[in-house]
Amino acid sequence: MIIGLAHYLTLAACLFTLGILGIFLNRKNVIVILMSVELMLLAVNLNLVAFSAFLGNITGQIFALFILTVAAAEAAIGLAIIVVYYRNRGSIAVEDINMMKG
Amino acid sequence: MLTAVFFYLFAVLAIGSATMVIVARNPVHAVLFLILTFFNAAGLFILLGAEFLAMLLVIVYVGAVAVLFLFVVMMLDVDFAELRAGFINNAPIGLIVAGIVLIELVALFVTGAAGGLPASIPVPAPGVETLTNTEQIGRVLYTKYVYFFQAAGLVLLVAMIGAIVLTLRHRDGVKRQSIAAQNARTPATGLEVIKVPSGGSVFPASEGPR
Repeated sequence: MIIGLAHYLTLAACLFTLGILGIFLNRKNVIVILMSVELMLLAVNLNLVAFSAFLGNITGQIFALFILTVAAAEAAIGLAIIVVYYRNRGSIAVEDINMMKG
Repeated sequence: MLTAVFFYLFAVLAIGSATMVIVARNPVHAVLFLILTFFNAAGLFILLGAEFLAMLLVIVYVGAVAVLFLFVVMMLDVDFAELRAGFINNAPIGLIVAGIVLIELVALFVTGAAGGLPASIPVPAPGVETLTNTEQIGRVLYTKYVYFFQAAGLVLLVAMIGAIVLTLRHRDGVKRQSIAAQNARTPATGLEVIKVPSGGSVFPASEGPR
């Protein structure tokens, strides 16, 4: 039994789908939405690393590194915004975040 | 054969814990399952021969991001049960959208419609006999992608400053040390010569009458 590229891509697709499903299921809880976004970024990283290994090209891993950087920055800023929002409004429910009427 | 066993072990655990992340009732449990997902993804990275990224995933995600999530979840005094209301109502549309995405992606990979996926056996990168994975990454990252590397550092710097600026607050009534004001003190501003009349009493003007 040989594990091919399709196996990894399918696994990454499953993780990505779980991320999408998490956003739909937890529409009110912004923290779980952020975690779902992290899951989706992980799936993308898995795709990049799998292609890097199966094509014999290290560039995929370099870009996975950059995605990791951006994901960490995004989590930090997102959680900071949540903390400030909670301090000002005392709630983090997504439907309460409508001050700008966007 | 052993590779296949470990692939399926890591894959099943990753998908199972990712499922628990999105359905867990307690957000603290969700964060812990997120950590488990990242550990399993790191195992898959090692199977693919990307040891450096696997260790980076464990350090950055488990060591930093997941702990950050844990801190925020524990710091906010939010009724998370209330936030779960509507969980079932949102499930059908979510399952439809997620099912469509999953079927599309998997069909693309399995039928080979993606335009001839590369060989099913990993191709060793050039120089893999003599260099480790970390050395390979370093040789490319610091030469060809050095500007991207610098930009990534800038992104992290801006994120750090942004997080501090967003969450820093100056509360009223808290005395803070101002080193600049202390250093700017001169005898002219810090010293007051007062003539005290005999038998009387004088309070310094800066403190006012008591």
